[in-house]
Amino acid sequence: MAKYIIKRIAMAIVTIFAVATVTFFVMNMVPGGPFMSEKAISPQAQAALNEKYGLDKPLSEQYITYMKDLLHGNLGLSVKQRGRTVNMIIETKFPVSAKIGGIAILTAVLVGVPLGSIAAFKRGTAIDNIIIIFSTCGIAVPSFVVCTILMYVLSLKLGLLPTFGLASWKNYIMPVMALSFYPSSYIARLMRSSMLDVMGQDYMRTARAKGLSQMVSIFKHALRNAVLPVVTYLGPLLAYTVTGSFIVEKIFTIPGLGSEFIGSITGRDYPLIMGTTIFLATLMVIMNVLVDVAYKFIDPRINLK
Amino acid sequence: MKKMSLVLAAVMATGMILSACGGNKSTGPSAGGTTNSANGEATTPGGESTGGLDLAVQVGPNPETIDPALNSAADGANVIVHAFESLLIVDSENKIVGGQAESFDVSEDGLTYTFHLRDGLKWSDGTPLTANDFVYSWKRLADPNTAAPYAADMLGYVKGYEEAAAGNLDALGVSASDDKTLVVELSAPCVYFSKLVTHASMVPVQQAVVDAAGDQWCLKPDTYVSNGPLKMIEWVPGSHITFAKNENYWNADKITLNTLKFVLMEDANAAYSAYQTGEVSMIKDVPTEEIPALKGTEEFHVEPGMGISYIDFQNQKEPFNNPDVRKALSLAIDRDYLANTVMQGIGAPAANFVPRGVSDAEGGTFFEDVTRKNNGGDFFNVENYESDVAKAKELLAKAGYPDGKGFPVVEYMTNDAGYNKPVAEYLQSCWKEALGINVDIKILEWATFTPTRRAGDYQIARDAWSLDYDDPSNLLNLMMSTSGNNNALYKNPELDKLLNEANSTADVNEHYEKLHEAENMILNDAAIAPLNYRNEFWLQDTKLKGTWYSPYGYWFFQFATMD
Repeated sequence: MAKYIIKRIAMAIVTIFAVATVTFFVMNMVPGGPFMSEKAISPQAQAALNEKYGLDKPLSEQYITYMKDLLHGNLGLSVKQRGRTVNMIIETKFPVSAKIGGIAILTAVLVGVPLGSIAAFKRGTAIDNIIIIFSTCGIAVPSFVVCTILMYVLSLKLGLLPTFGLASWKNYIMPVMALSFYPSSYIARLMRSSMLDVMGQDYMRTARAKGLSQMVSIFKHALRNAVLPVVTYLGPLLAYTVTGSFIVEKIFTIPGLGSEFIGSITGRDYPLIMGTTIFLATLMVIMNVLVDVAYKFIDPRINLK
Repeated sequence: MKKMSLVLAAVMATGMILSACGGNKSTGPSAGGTTNSANGEATTPGGESTGGLDLAVQVGPNPETIDPALNSAADGANVIVHAFESLLIVDSENKIVGGQAESFDVSEDGLTYTFHLRDGLKWSDGTPLTANDFVYSWKRLADPNTAAPYAADMLGYVKGYEEAAAGNLDALGVSASDDKTLVVELSAPCVYFSKLVTHASMVPVQQAVVDAAGDQWCLKPDTYVSNGPLKMIEWVPGSHITFAKNENYWNADKITLNTLKFVLMEDANAAYSAYQTGEVSMIKDVPTEEIPALKGTEEFHVEPGMGISYIDFQNQKEPFNNPDVRKALSLAIDRDYLANTVMQGIGAPAANFVPRGVSDAEGGTFFEDVTRKNNGGDFFNVENYESDVAKAKELLAKAGYPDGKGFPVVEYMTNDAGYNKPVAEYLQSCWKEALGINVDIKILEWATFTPTRRAGDYQIARDAWSLDYDDPSNLLNLMMSTSGNNNALYKNPELDKLLNEANSTADVNEHYEKLHEAENMILNDAAIAPLNYRNEFWLQDTKLKGTWYSPYGYWFFQFATMD
């Protein structure tokens, strides 16, 4: 297994390097630049800015400088958020997104897995139908609609929850609900179909036949096998969710990382585009490795090579 | 039953996690901020409660910078004007009054300004503030390494600016004859120099913190040392900036605020929700779809802003190198319909180029009123637009395109924000109906739009300008062939000469006379086509009093009270 992990890390480095390289050149091909406002700045000021951020150098040289800095863990200076480094932005904003995203995923698992399982056991009943309707809505309704409805009902009409900020635990309720609605629905659907599949397997019949109670057979045999597709889905989902959602952060005024992904692109903040992309790619690769390792623990038959 | 308990357990577990995370206030930048309840009460992290008002407002999203020298956006300026104060300030009646300076003298030739600072001025950290702080700050503004966007606009008249902008800072004609006296020498008379002094970029910054913290000095409260009514106590990027009363401010006794929290919202709908729940008492970003319902209510404010939206014709390329074609297209626009129907009354029809609210020579008079008097009316006939259309048709025929015959299909370029798209669609239909001209609309993303327009790579493009200070030259100078913002690429040596004269006379009346001439020249030549004057609109709790909006684009809250 150690060998396998080393191999995966080596592959991860190659992947991240490729992502960084492609992003670097593609973002520079897009027209526009970071210092474009309605008001033109003087040629001297433009030159001073280009020099400060190294934008006056040829692209190949900028690329080499960037890659060297990257190896030292230095993601550079944000061009738009004056005075802030990209490291600083990620360090302050990622924990905010990670906290909300982490709670949202936990909620999604705690809601989705039981719901999916119940739907499978009660297949064809009213409960099953209700869960299917709920999970279909969750997948079909976009998050800004969920956010707007939540805010309208819970803040404006009932006055129960604050509309912005993260000052108290109450502030977390709506963002977490909005973020977990889709994944909990998706997990419920995944869980339902894989549970149905598992329940039809011979070993389940054997378990029941040798006298195990329904609960024991479900928890000991069915759940463990049925949860594998959910684990596969959780890896990349976790990477996406903990890096924040642009829409949820914008609507609830949450100072998370999600808005930086979009903001850096519209503002042509080159170092921040690179930083956020590399950060997400790294998380994604780590999650995939973790998912593979988790397989091994859930299903000992799986052999990691 | 057993299965239902599973669901219950899941719900309970989620609830526990949520409450656990709320209790943990020490992690994450989110915790430890001010907590505003619905009635506007708050606790300050600093713990100083002076019994003043704790106010939360929304004036824009997270500012890119709140360094006075680097800022070029209204969001940043609104924060800066509360933290800092220049030598002169604009009061609630839009008059220029003493700020850090108690008084100032101008030499007879108009070339030397002497500012007398108030006694006992202090920075927010308690250290004394002297005339040398202004010398340092203005030189920093001129320094090419600062790359300040407003350097040339603000200091262009100061003697030695060109040399300073090239790196020789000592050449700048700013000096302190003693701790309380600042002497500024100009290279040419500037009749509106006192207005420039009020600008947010002209405030003093403390050399000690800038030297010590470099670019990062304005990120944290302990290094964001300021000299204005309020001082920063917290900035969580993307969330809020909170200010508290600055006890070291010379006029601190008058300040009614305990804290002021700028909630950094990006989304107008989110801002509107927070306003409706009472979490913020004033919002600048009102959702456009709510405006028809809000118009006429006491809480909805519309005030003229010193800005104008217009369209550029690419003056160097066919067919818009012909002034008759440009003028025909400009006259064919129904500006009243555009402002009041298409834009729901959020703009005001532009009858001339220089917007209303910009002053003229005499105190209290307005440039547009004088234009109207001089010309015997407005340039565009807003009320009776049919007569303008008739003229437009004649001009187009004169240019060789009767009823639009033979006129090529042209392209109108815009970015998609606010009313830009409906305006583009209106122009398309209006030019088709009135002149028989076919127009395509091209919508570009902002970061692509501005460089494309600047490069002249378009035929017709949307454009706009907000005046940086109350003098028409700030707008009219855009049309000079040397201006970096002359997106229409209009080149007229006669206009250049006229504006240069207006900009270097010591005679106030001559300054304005020449500017009126220049405005007429620009409109007669249809270098650009004005569309509408900008209005600023916002929502404000009717109980919130003592705030004011200045047409420079700033809101002032330091003297606010809540009934």
